[in-house]
Amino acid sequence: MIRLAASARMVLAASLLAAFAFVLIGPILNLALWSVAERWYTPYKLPVTYGTRYWEQVFRPTGDAMASLGTSVWIAVLTVAFALALSIPAGYALARLKLPMRALFMVMFLLPQAFPSVAIYINVARIFYQLGINGTVLAVVLVHTAHGLVFSVWIAAAAFAAVDKDLELAARNMGASPLRAFFTVTLPLAAPGIIASGIFVFLESLDEFTGTFFVGVPQVTTLPLLLYNAAMGGNYQVASITALILLVPSVLFMLFIERFLRADVLAKVGT
Amino acid sequence: MPTDMPNGLRSGASIAVRDLKVAYGGTRVLHGVSLDFEPGSFTALLGSSGCGKTTLLRALSGFVPVESGAILVGGLDVAPLPPEKRGMAMVFQSYALWPHMSVLQNMGYGLKLRGVPKAQIAAKVGALLSMLGLSGYEDRKVTALSGGQRQRVALGRALAIDPGILLLDEPLSNLDAKIRMVMRHEIRSIQQRLGLTAVHVTHDREEAMTMADRLVIMQAGRVAQVGTPEEVYDRPASAFVANFMGAENVLPLHVARAEGGASVTAGTAMARLAPEAAQALPAGDAVAYFRDDVARLDASDAAAGGDLLVPGTIAARAYPGGVYRYRIEAAGRQITVDDADRHELGTMIGLRIPLQRLHIFPASEAGIAA
Repeated sequence: MIRLAASARMVLAASLLAAFAFVLIGPILNLALWSVAERWYTPYKLPVTYGTRYWEQVFRPTGDAMASLGTSVWIAVLTVAFALALSIPAGYALARLKLPMRALFMVMFLLPQAFPSVAIYINVARIFYQLGINGTVLAVVLVHTAHGLVFSVWIAAAAFAAVDKDLELAARNMGASPLRAFFTVTLPLAAPGIIASGIFVFLESLDEFTGTFFVGVPQVTTLPLLLYNAAMGGNYQVASITALILLVPSVLFMLFIERFLRADVLAKVGT
Repeated sequence: MPTDMPNGLRSGASIAVRDLKVAYGGTRVLHGVSLDFEPGSFTALLGSSGCGKTTLLRALSGFVPVESGAILVGGLDVAPLPPEKRGMAMVFQSYALWPHMSVLQNMGYGLKLRGVPKAQIAAKVGALLSMLGLSGYEDRKVTALSGGQRQRVALGRALAIDPGILLLDEPLSNLDAKIRMVMRHEIRSIQQRLGLTAVHVTHDREEAMTMADRLVIMQAGRVAQVGTPEEVYDRPASAFVANFMGAENVLPLHVARAEGGASVTAGTAMARLAPEAAQALPAGDAVAYFRDDVARLDASDAAAGGDLLVPGTIAARAYPGGVYRYRIEAAGRQITVDDADRHELGTMIGLRIPLQRLHIFPASEAGIAA
């Protein structure tokens, strides 16, 4: 009787696990299948012809895909640089200094997320038109930075808050100037959190679609835009391969978070 | 071996604090503190939590901005200077070692800032480590060290820059009792060997008494008494100091001056004092403070013979070792007394209190501590 209950429980657990795995892996499997399907049409449940033709097309050095991958990475790198240049001082100030309207500042960085993004980006596009920077990499980087700041500032503030103030004071006490103490003690200790926020901003930028669509098209084509064009044009193979490429950095990031980010930093995010 | 060994006698700097006032966010924490620290002296700042002792230390080190007043180090006012320009080295309660650096990097940090060559830093840190009993620990991660070892590294880091002044912010409170005893002697002997001016903050009375040349008792942001351990212990200047230094038994008295001396009454007990002893006593209502080991248990009908013999009942008994500790109900008070003999609970006894060992203060002043 007990044996029966135990095996029933095991079957239940296994089937739940299988369902979870299907939900998680199913879409990715579908993408993988599409990426190697040279011909696939109804009523066939599986592709008719398999092949790597589309992979070759995507990775051909002269192909659109490689160019837009380059654009995407370049934009993401610039976005990370912009976001960190702002969020390191801002995060430090929010964590250490007694700002009178600290909560207001924190919410301010959240604002771009609080409204429907299309409404915001249409207005941004209008302003960028007036400034004459619409359709430039700079415009896209600015939009991505504004979007990424909420994460990078909040995470940086948490990372700095997790560094014991006495550690900084000990450096001052040993003769370090405030700047020196910051660069030799505070920043290295907050680095894992800062790096994580940078990676997060990088991924957000790599993934971003709406803003890029409004301020970048048609001159700037990032990977998500290429994916969109391919999918709209019925080229599911290229769309799938692009999606798979976009997936790689996210997985690496999750591994990094698990490995390096301390729980006490994560706990301080947003406080 | 390096030429700059940390065992030559260096003289510490003098510190003079003048009318120092410090406020945190509108709340005044130090109300005009004036103190002098002789070169090479070891001073303990002692007080209960919130008395301002840590604030005073942090004001000295420059971590807390000063509202008004001066901090003169060797005649120069350092109050407007940032922490890095004060030439004081601090040992933190939390040790504040940098977890991303090795022992060598932690201890050599101050020297590296001063542009000392690498080889010289390594030699000096090596010498300090051997002095602290941690030879060969240079490349250890500080996170892999025990509490006592971290404390030594923190001390070594402070000593590495040859400071004239060593600030100790409850450095022993996170250590277990045994290591604490060892570290007390170690810190004291290093301080004496190097001739440093040391300022030590603690709430541990025994630690302060055993380590320091001089105690500064602080109360609510003011200096309550300054003196050697003997002076503060035996001749407390106020009811607060007496109470803080362990005279925790409180007995209300009435002192009446009379021709040829004074009479002291406590409840039904009464004793006479000779004129010379009576001079120091306040007339009228007073409060006496005394330690557990001052009073003795005697028969309730024994002859008083110059002592106060207060009748009382034994309410509780404990045996902490060596002597019995009794709680006595006498004169409407609970009084703790050590006595060598075992007595049963509820026994009527006479509490024999020698007058000359009481710390007596006017009742008006003692009101806060009673």
